[in-house]
Amino acid sequence: MGVIVVNNLSKSFGKGTSRKDALKNVSFEIAEGSMTALIGPDGAGKTTLLRLLAGILQPDTGNLHVLGHALPHDALQLQAKIGYMPQRFGLYENLTVEENLTLFADLHNIPEDRRKARFDDLLTMTALGPFRARRAGKLSGGMKQKLGLACTLIHPPRVLLLDEASVGVDPISRRELWSIIQQQVIREKVTVLLSTAYMDEAERCDHVLLLHEGEILAQGSPSDLIAPMQGHSFLLQEAAMAARALQSQVARLPDVVDTVIQGDGLRIVMKKVEPPPLPADLAVRGPSKPVPARLEDAFVSLLVNRNPHHSIPLPPATKAVANDAAVVEVKSLYRYFGDFAAVKDVSFSVQKGEIYGLLGANGAGKSTTFRMLCGLLPASSGTLRVAGADLRTGEASARARIGYVSQKFSLYGALSVLQNLSFFATVYGLQNRRKRDRIGWALEELELKDYIAMNAADLPLGYKQRLALACALMHEPSILFLDEPTSGVDPLARREFWARVNALAQGGTTCLVTTHFMEEAEYCDRLVLMSLGEVLAEGTPTEIKSRVRHADQPNPTMEDAFISLIEEHERVSRRAS
Amino acid sequence: MNRMRVKGLMRKEVYEIVRDPSSIAIAFVLPLVLLLIFGYGVSLDARSVPVAEVVEQPTYLTASFLGELDHSPWFRPARYPDQASAEHAMMQGRVQAILWLRSDFSRRSLSSGEAPIHLTVNGVDANQAHIIQNYVNGTWQNWLQQQATLQGQPLAVPVVADVRIWFNPALTSRDYLIPGLIAIIMTLIGALLTALVVAREWERGTMEGIMVTPVAKTEVLLGKLVPYFVMGMCGMMLATAMAVFLFHVPLRGSLTVLVGTAALFLLTALGMGLAISVLARSQFVAAMVAIVTTFLPAFILSGFLFDIRSMPQAIQILTHIVAARYFVAALQTTFLAGDLWSVILPNLLGLGVLCIVFLGLSVLRFRKRLD
Repeated sequence: MGVIVVNNLSKSFGKGTSRKDALKNVSFEIAEGSMTALIGPDGAGKTTLLRLLAGILQPDTGNLHVLGHALPHDALQLQAKIGYMPQRFGLYENLTVEENLTLFADLHNIPEDRRKARFDDLLTMTALGPFRARRAGKLSGGMKQKLGLACTLIHPPRVLLLDEASVGVDPISRRELWSIIQQQVIREKVTVLLSTAYMDEAERCDHVLLLHEGEILAQGSPSDLIAPMQGHSFLLQEAAMAARALQSQVARLPDVVDTVIQGDGLRIVMKKVEPPPLPADLAVRGPSKPVPARLEDAFVSLLVNRNPHHSIPLPPATKAVANDAAVVEVKSLYRYFGDFAAVKDVSFSVQKGEIYGLLGANGAGKSTTFRMLCGLLPASSGTLRVAGADLRTGEASARARIGYVSQKFSLYGALSVLQNLSFFATVYGLQNRRKRDRIGWALEELELKDYIAMNAADLPLGYKQRLALACALMHEPSILFLDEPTSGVDPLARREFWARVNALAQGGTTCLVTTHFMEEAEYCDRLVLMSLGEVLAEGTPTEIKSRVRHADQPNPTMEDAFISLIEEHERVSRRAS
Repeated sequence: MNRMRVKGLMRKEVYEIVRDPSSIAIAFVLPLVLLLIFGYGVSLDARSVPVAEVVEQPTYLTASFLGELDHSPWFRPARYPDQASAEHAMMQGRVQAILWLRSDFSRRSLSSGEAPIHLTVNGVDANQAHIIQNYVNGTWQNWLQQQATLQGQPLAVPVVADVRIWFNPALTSRDYLIPGLIAIIMTLIGALLTALVVAREWERGTMEGIMVTPVAKTEVLLGKLVPYFVMGMCGMMLATAMAVFLFHVPLRGSLTVLVGTAALFLLTALGMGLAISVLARSQFVAAMVAIVTTFLPAFILSGFLFDIRSMPQAIQILTHIVAARYFVAALQTTFLAGDLWSVILPNLLGLGVLCIVFLGLSVLRFRKRLD
């Protein structure tokens, strides 16, 4: 019998018309000592499932057994044997690293004589040893996440439940977190169930559960899930042509399910086992070569098959010529909070019609830079000009030229889609005809018509994001700021979002985007890679990747580039000091 | 119940209190400010009230009567030539009352019972208007008696009020406001602060982390209750010390009774705070609910500022579920009258009932679950 056994589990929230089914008749089993990944779009029910298994939610119907304990009845006995790490692990920020560990050791009733060895072990494993006496609030994002994991592993648990433990963490911390989890499985025979937005993480697990709208769409080992896709994937190596232009052509071909820019080439997933029917002008440059399928291919095609109408919008056919005029200019920008430098010597410039990315983990200084550009925060030193003006000191009219979509979307939850659009149109001073036209444009272009009367708070995440984008575009700004627009969004919605941004850029709108997903770099014309407030590299995605290309790494990804660059940066700064 | 877990939770709470300036501000700075405002600033006594005097025909009698007023600490008189200019001054707010002595003052003052003085009071502040009226009346009666004695005549007034004020003979409002203030301060720490810190744990996600450990709900509640109980008692001691040593409020009852009543009230307030935090999981909602259901009633409906007996019947009934009502009555009695058990016991009983209700409610409704 499995360590986790779930039979016909259902759970819904709310009552009456606002009732939402989070899980519908879910059944599965997880074997001891295995590692299972829970994947699926947002709102698929991943968090609800993990919370039910941790005994902090009550199921409507169905049976739940973890380690032989029936839930929710035996929750207390079970909680002594499991570790659960919520999406935002609540560390006590006013407590030091050691005090946080002590609290969880107390809660798990760990005898004093066993503590020292366990603490030392966990602190070595997480490399937090030197920070024992530092307050949790003063740790970096990656360190906080590692401390959260250490607190979860204190007893040590026999079953580990992790809810998106590595989201928003820099690639190095992500690698460390992953190796800690794997060690637990190998050394301590811990059974792990983790939800993740990274397909490469899911691919490294023994078993994958794909949830969609509260149901299990597919389950099995990664190779089982990938198997039916074998022969559907192709790589088109094309150095002579910009990968994005290539993508927009190929995506229009019949039977193409998905296209992703990878390295210098284009990865293509087909509906059938046959290569893409390349038109003559592309075919002469070289054939597309078959490549092994991967989990993301399976994920995307399963979801696309499920909702044929929910197809990915096509990227625009051609790219508008980028103008040479710099519309955003930043020179040696600094920002201090107390004696902490959140942004150190950042410089870059963005041309009209470009998609410009600010890449980095949480705490890299992306949002702080953004806020200074939008005039929401004064710079400590340095110069910045947006649309020819410093938005903080310049005239208010310059602000009418920018649009801003914040991380949390800033919509009015109690207003309907139409009321939100109307409100933002009025705020930007649109009246009569123009207001009607713009609202009509937004409903049409962003496909919001079906949701016109729904309150913003009740919209699915993907639609919230569209509405936020529509509101920011009401006054047709020439520069659009997008702060972490794809955070917590599944691969499908992310592709859709980038297609829209692409279309905007083609229309001449300059787009500045922050993201912590390294692979999203491929969607940008140019980008800065940031870490701890400093710029690691600047340039086109190809330029940045080619900086770290060598014999062992012939075709590096952006994540490889980030890791190599940060290691190089540390070597240089160590030599300097 | 596991000692290690409860100790761990309490230690965590103490670190959080000590290292977080906002809880120190609510627990100690705010009470200090309130004490200073009520101790030095707010006074419900009428002192140095500006009064206009209009004398139509000055005689030695009017001079003698007005001399009486001039020496009174309650008034700050000013002469006006006629009624019209005095009324003008009242309109402009320069005086609060007009005392008009007509031309027949001297003749009628000594002969009959008819009131020969004419007093106009600004009734906007009803409380102050009453006080002025009473003071002028008192001064008038006093003066009449003096005159009668001087002239060897029996006074025409049939009844002489011989007023004696008990418990607060100097009639300083500070003496009953400051004990009442202790109830307000303890409501702040017990209900508002406790509701806020639990809601904060929900907001920051720390509660979710605690929930999935094998901790029992009584342990979580106890881990909150004990540290804030200690903190509330410290606030009470601080306020009592300031009342006695800085503002010289007499403490006629025993310290034991004071501390015992305070402890019972604090448990009730903590019960309210925990009950609120079971319902409200965001700091904003918790703060709003705590202010409306605990802090404002403690201010308005407890008898701290306004006498319960002068409230409408319906409101009087409502005050029975305001815990501060019982505590304010017990506090004022302990401070000003002493250990008067006939007053203190019924109030302790009221507190005890509410204490069991609120603590019971929070224990019953607190769930180690998110739904």
